[in-house]
Amino acid sequence: MQKSDFYRGTIHSLASSTIMNLTLKIWRQRNRDDAGKFATYQISNVSPDMSFLEMLDVLNVDLIKKGDEPVAFDHDCREGICGSCGLMVDGRAHGPGRGVATCQVHMRSFRDGDVVVIEPWRAGPFPVIKDLIVDRTSFDRIMQAGGYVSVKTGGAPDGNAIPISKHVSDEAFDAAACIGCGACVAACPNSSAMLFVAAKISHLALLPQGGPERKARALRMVEQMDKEGFGNCSNNYACEAECPKEISVAHIARLNREFLKAKLT
Amino acid sequence: MNSLVSFYRSSIGKKVVMSLTGLFLCLFLVEHLVGNLLLFANDGGHLYEEYSQWLVSNPVIRVIEVVLFASLFGHALSALVVWIKNRRARPVKYAKYRLDENAELASRITMLGGSVIFLFLVVHLWSFFVPLRVTGTTMTAYQLVVQKFSDPWFCAFYLFALVVLGYHLKHGFQSAFQTLGLMHKKYQWLLGLTAFVFWFVLPAGFASLPVYFYFFSPPTPSAVVLGVQ
Ligand code: HEM
Ligand code: SF4
Ligand code: FES
Repeated sequence: MQKSDFYRGTIHSLASSTIMNLTLKIWRQRNRDDAGKFATYQISNVSPDMSFLEMLDVLNVDLIKKGDEPVAFDHDCREGICGSCGLMVDGRAHGPGRGVATCQVHMRSFRDGDVVVIEPWRAGPFPVIKDLIVDRTSFDRIMQAGGYVSVKTGGAPDGNAIPISKHVSDEAFDAAACIGCGACVAACPNSSAMLFVAAKISHLALLPQGGPERKARALRMVEQMDKEGFGNCSNNYACEAECPKEISVAHIARLNREFLKAKLT
Repeated sequence: MNSLVSFYRSSIGKKVVMSLTGLFLCLFLVEHLVGNLLLFANDGGHLYEEYSQWLVSNPVIRVIEVVLFASLFGHALSALVVWIKNRRARPVKYAKYRLDENAELASRITMLGGSVIFLFLVVHLWSFFVPLRVTGTTMTAYQLVVQKFSDPWFCAFYLFALVVLGYHLKHGFQSAFQTLGLMHKKYQWLLGLTAFVFWFVLPAGFASLPVYFYFFSPPTPSAVVLGVQ
């Protein structure tokens, strides 16, 4: 967590249980082909205890009451596990704070009178469908290219019967925590999907069940990633900083290693 | 051959080429600095002259020289291709984008820095390599150094370029190891230390030359005479 985020969070939770009024600048776009533009909304009576998405719900109720079209945004679990709620809030993927999805951001991270800019993820392979919702099927196609194990490996008891050292299983689990939200792409200056692909590659390459296909997997997933039009990694590590699951860029080093090994041998 | 082409076509392939060429350029910088420190011998450039004669006459060095130019070309060209592809990957820009809260300055200015370094290299080669090796000059390498570093603007440009190089390597050196998949928690401290030598000690070493020649070593009379020839 960055210092500024930390202070913002704590000072406000201490100092203000007061109600906030905010100005929201929200990207509105009718459909894929619409050029889209920002619309400005005033929202009052925002409680610091609301989640960011609840605040948008309140806005939408206001809009519906006025007969306006509500703002379309993606969400499902609202507890940081489904990966569908990605929003660019004030220039930060998933808003202020570290290790959280947009649905886990609370309004106490904002101050009364703030202007909050809300945009969809921006990347060629994530075209906007409507307002703040983007099409992330490019991620699905990367998964289809190799993010699986081809044979039945059994259930949990079968898995548990194979001894794996603690640190390896921990590392595989850390990688498996990826929720496919796309914040890594959204935060990256190059719209690179390397952290997402690395998480999937690491997760499977570290475990015995994923071993036999690791070469083909690395080659195919990277090929599909490039085909989708994601950018090249330039090791800025903005992905790791914004990943709600705090997935380490060490997995990107492993992806590079896996890819090189597969190409060279 | 086909697999080499497909390797270079992939996003990781181009980055691997950049990292290998970048590290080779780093290695060259070490040799270049060690050689240049002979200018401090305080013998009117005698030792330095011997060293540069040896370089020119050594066939192995000549081959390395070709590899060096190829590396620089490959590095800069790949950087450009990668950079263009990366800009295209985000056709609609953010209205508000706080990359500064997520990534270090050095990692955000690689292209800008690389371009300054490129410009510097053109000036550098034009000042020393071209007269000494291509067009020919009556001056010795040492005299040329003394003459060039008597110009404050020339020195200032050198120092600026070296700061930029430092920043480029502050990101680039470790980045190359990440690209090659050689990053690991266990020896991160060693890499950090080595990186420090490359991004700080090396540029500082190079910077000592213009500073020394400008402030502490007035040009010898013969150098001045030859310089204005
Ligand atoms: C003495 C000269 C140079 C040295 C020693 C050097 C070294 C390096 C190294 C080690 C890297 C890291 C590679 C990686 O991330 O895998 C790098 C990256 C980079 N270099 Fe250079 N470089 C030099 C000159 C240049 C020039 C002339 C340009 C541009 C015209 C340039 C542009 C770049 C760019 C844009 C990157 C970042 C690439 C990325 O992160 O995607 N460099 N450099
Ligand atoms: S790596 Fe992190 S930021 Fe990227 S998709 Fe997975 S969870 Fe989201
Ligand atoms: S709504 Fe599921 S992660 Fe945010």
